[in-house]
Parts: sequence; C-alpha cells; structure tokens
Amino acid sequence: MKVSVQREDFDLSAEIRRFKDPKIGAIASFVGVVREVPMALEHYPGMTERSISRIVEEARSRWQVMDCTVIHRYGELQPGDQIVLVAVASAHRAAAFAACEFIMDYLKTQAPFWKKEQTAQGTRWVEARASDDAAAERWK
Amino acid sequence: MKVKVRFFASIKEAVGRDSEDLELPAGVATVAALRAHLRSRGGAWAEALGESKRVTAAVNQDMAKPAAALNAGDEVAFFPPVTGG
Repeated sequence: MKVSVQREDFDLSAEIRRFKDPKIGAIASFVGVVREVPMALEHYPGMTERSISRIVEEARSRWQVMDCTVIHRYGELQPGDQIVLVAVASAHRAAAFAACEFIMDYLKTQAPFWKKEQTAQGTRWVEARASDDAAAERWK
Repeated sequence: MKVKVRFFASIKEAVGRDSEDLELPAGVATVAALRAHLRSRGGAWAEALGESKRVTAAVNQDMAKPAAALNAGDEVAFFPPVTGG
C-alpha cells in the first residue's frame, strides 16, 4: 500500500508496475485532471495522509485489495495537469473497480484538500458540491 | 486548558492567521464552544465562523463533531468543506 501527498507529478504506468503479487488479476485506476482553470491546492499536512490511509483501510475491510496506491498532488496546477491517482489491485475486476470508486468518493469528502481557482477575474475558493456528499453517502 | 487552533483555506484567509495557541476560558470544553468563543471576537471571526456557514472541525487531525470534547494540548482545526480529488 502506498499513500503519497506530493507536489510532483506521477506516472500511472510506473505506479502500476509496482504491483507484484502473483495473485493479482485485475488493476483498476482513476486519474483526476485539472479542468480548464489553473488552481492552487492547499492541504492539512499530517491529517491528509492520515485520512487517506484510513480510507484505504476501510476499502481493504470491504473488498479483497491486494495492493493500492493513492497519490494526491498539492500546490500550483495548470489545466491538463494530473491531480490525483487511485490504483487498486485485486484478484478480480469487481473488487478492483468498486474499491477504486469507493476510495475516490471518500477522498473527495474526507481528505482535507481545498482548491482555489485562479481566473482572469481573480481567485476563488471552489465550493464543496452536494453531489460529492451524495456519492460518498451511497457506500454507507 | 491550552489548545492549538489551526485554520485552513478560506477561513485562514478571512481571519488572517493559520494558527494560534489559545488558553480556553472556563466553560469552553467542546468544538462547538470553541467555535462560538472564536466567533465572539466579532468582525471577520463572526463572519468566517458564523452559524450559517458550513465549517468542518478536526481534533488531533481526525474529523470531529461539534459536541466533541477538548483536552489540554489538543490540536483543533477549523476549515471549510473539503474540495480535493
């Protein structure tokens, strides 16, 4: 299991190549990308890593997760930049897909990150979306 | 009882600081009471931590409910709903 909160970019294929367990038969991954507007991402060092690790543990208690990598970037990001990676390895696809989606849905509502968009009109904190709460809620 | 209070994102900007060490007055022993105490400073504090605002709290880096009890040495954080991912 790997959790990293970092400024640097990441390489999906390099991360997936780390998954070596011979019982792995399925890897599902999600990459979030900055859409349209430059932004700065702030986070709460310490709590961020802790909350993501907890989300991964919760996923492991629900599905057979053989390996997992979560990387979330912070700092200044431009449109098209990668922000977040969740990659889950399991024996079969159903668990890999479900755990990957679960981790993303919980990360959106539990991990202490805040996006500030930088538009031509100035900067603006992104508002939390009710649809993200609803997405996390359906796993309860 | 002394605690460390931390602020993030829009709340940090509004109150103009990212943290402070605070001696809690008698009777301020929960997250909700601390939020009300900070709000009583008025101005930007009353606005940023206003009752109508969605403010999330964490105690010792775990999400905490308003009724959560505080202990000496705790790190208490206030921040807006998270928007990562």
